[in-house]
Amino acid sequence: MGRLSGRVAFITGAARGQGRSHAVRLAEEGASIIAVDICEDIPEIPARFGTREDLAETVEAVEAVDGRIVARVADVRDFAQLQAAVADGVAELGPPDIVVANAGVVPFTDFPSMPESVWRTTIDVNLTGVYRTVKAALPWMVEAGKGGSIILISSGIVNRGGGIVVDYAASKAGVVGLMRSLALELGPYNIRVNSIMPGNVLTNMLVSGNFGRVVAGAVNGGEPFASQEEMIDAMEAMFRARNMIPLGWVEPRDISEGVLFLASDESRFITSESLRIDLGFAGK
Amino acid sequence: MGNAVRTGRVAGKVAFITGAARGQGRSHAVKLASEGADIVALDICEDLPFAHSPHATWEDLQETVRLVEEAGGRIVARKADVRFRDQVDAVVAEGLETFGKIDVVVANAAAAQYKDVLELSVEDFQASLDVNLTGVFNTVQTPVRSMLERGIQGSIILISSGVAYRATPAPDYSAAKTALITFARALANELGPNRIRVNTIEPGYVLTPILDNDEYGKRTAQLLGREPFATREEHRQAMWGQFSQRNMLPVGWVEPEAVSNAVLFLASDESRYVTSEELRVDAGFAEK
Repeated sequence: MGRLSGRVAFITGAARGQGRSHAVRLAEEGASIIAVDICEDIPEIPARFGTREDLAETVEAVEAVDGRIVARVADVRDFAQLQAAVADGVAELGPPDIVVANAGVVPFTDFPSMPESVWRTTIDVNLTGVYRTVKAALPWMVEAGKGGSIILISSGIVNRGGGIVVDYAASKAGVVGLMRSLALELGPYNIRVNSIMPGNVLTNMLVSGNFGRVVAGAVNGGEPFASQEEMIDAMEAMFRARNMIPLGWVEPRDISEGVLFLASDESRFITSESLRIDLGFAGK
Repeated sequence: MGNAVRTGRVAGKVAFITGAARGQGRSHAVKLASEGADIVALDICEDLPFAHSPHATWEDLQETVRLVEEAGGRIVARKADVRFRDQVDAVVAEGLETFGKIDVVVANAAAAQYKDVLELSVEDFQASLDVNLTGVFNTVQTPVRSMLERGIQGSIILISSGVAYRATPAPDYSAAKTALITFARALANELGPNRIRVNTIEPGYVLTPILDNDEYGKRTAQLLGREPFATREEHRQAMWGQFSQRNMLPVGWVEPEAVSNAVLFLASDESRYVTSEELRVDAGFAEK
């Protein structure tokens, strides 16, 4: 008997990284998964995104822990795609009890050179994408009348300044505002709305994009790193200095444990909470 | 029970819990024991003159012992007052002798009075801070030293309160409970390199004797501008109505077990990278 037996969870950005980790962790505890991912790159964002092969791997990983999963290619910038994916999931698994709005992008562009198209894309995915994600699942949750748990992935960056992330920080702070007012609005339905503020998680989003170049500029005299490993070490050292627990990275699994806690009935009286899983970053 | 292999989310850990004779403290003890922990418990087991609610008794503490053992845990439970370091240290020493270590501290003991600032005597203000703030310092320092000596990557959990975020008619209590958040932040930063985590929990309204008592009944009647309540049940109904308006979820209070679930999460290795966190278990009280 798992901690989420009989539950259905809708997860965005589930092809890899944190999203895949959440899918597998929730499935381990008995949840069935409706997973979506864009499975292609976004021209405005200089990073490599999940692929169809990655999403297929998530399916395999969920099935490997005896979970059921319906996975679809869907872009959180397209409401109709999300609606269709949820409807497919409901047909096979039943209505969602849990929503994990995880899909996000970070372009790592400095403010002076940031074109409006990049700003708009970040907000469209990270903030409006959350609006669409919840909007696609909520009618099913209300109709089922069983309450539920909506978990919005914000970011530790909401609590402290960070370099080259003005669009990302604004979008993730927006998620907290959305969370708080949505929690108030959905309280009468016993639908809880919370956010998680992760510290730095070493996923492809971080290593495939601009950030490595910027770190090189800051700590390596502008010279590119000799290897990806060297770049990751330099990033780790940068982040570690800002955390109370002297580590640079939080593992995806650690965020998934927070998702699991907020998804389960163990947290049935927790709403409008921002759970920081950040090695003490916010308080330092 | 003895040497049987225990399983659970905190299997093999030892938790030191103050104010464990009843209410939330007892609930934490039983929850952690049911997930594999052994317990070192203390409670004052007598009334405090300034506090408005009667405190727990020795019999209450014995009931906690019975429930922890029933849940499969071993327990050392003693009468001790968190205002006095020597009393706390004696229980900690006995716990360390019995179980060999302490992995988790739950600083839960508290006492409340419901007086406006203008009615508060200097003595009563100080008495409240002695229990609710200095009592927490007394609770954590020696166990933390024991963790450092043994290289234990422990978890310190301070029970703060939702009153840290919203006005309530308890000025001294809310001052002390808010101070726990900044105390936890400093301690978390100090102990981060040793991988000892320090977090607070902010429960919303919980129906334990700290609210469910005749003195608070008089206070509620006064706040609502009405005649005193005829019965305890009538007072409970009025509190439910009053408190649910301040919560996002349609409830007046949260169950002690809901707070214990948060204690369990923070005590377990599931939260190994969570430190300096304020975890609210409050039905949305803080942000409404």
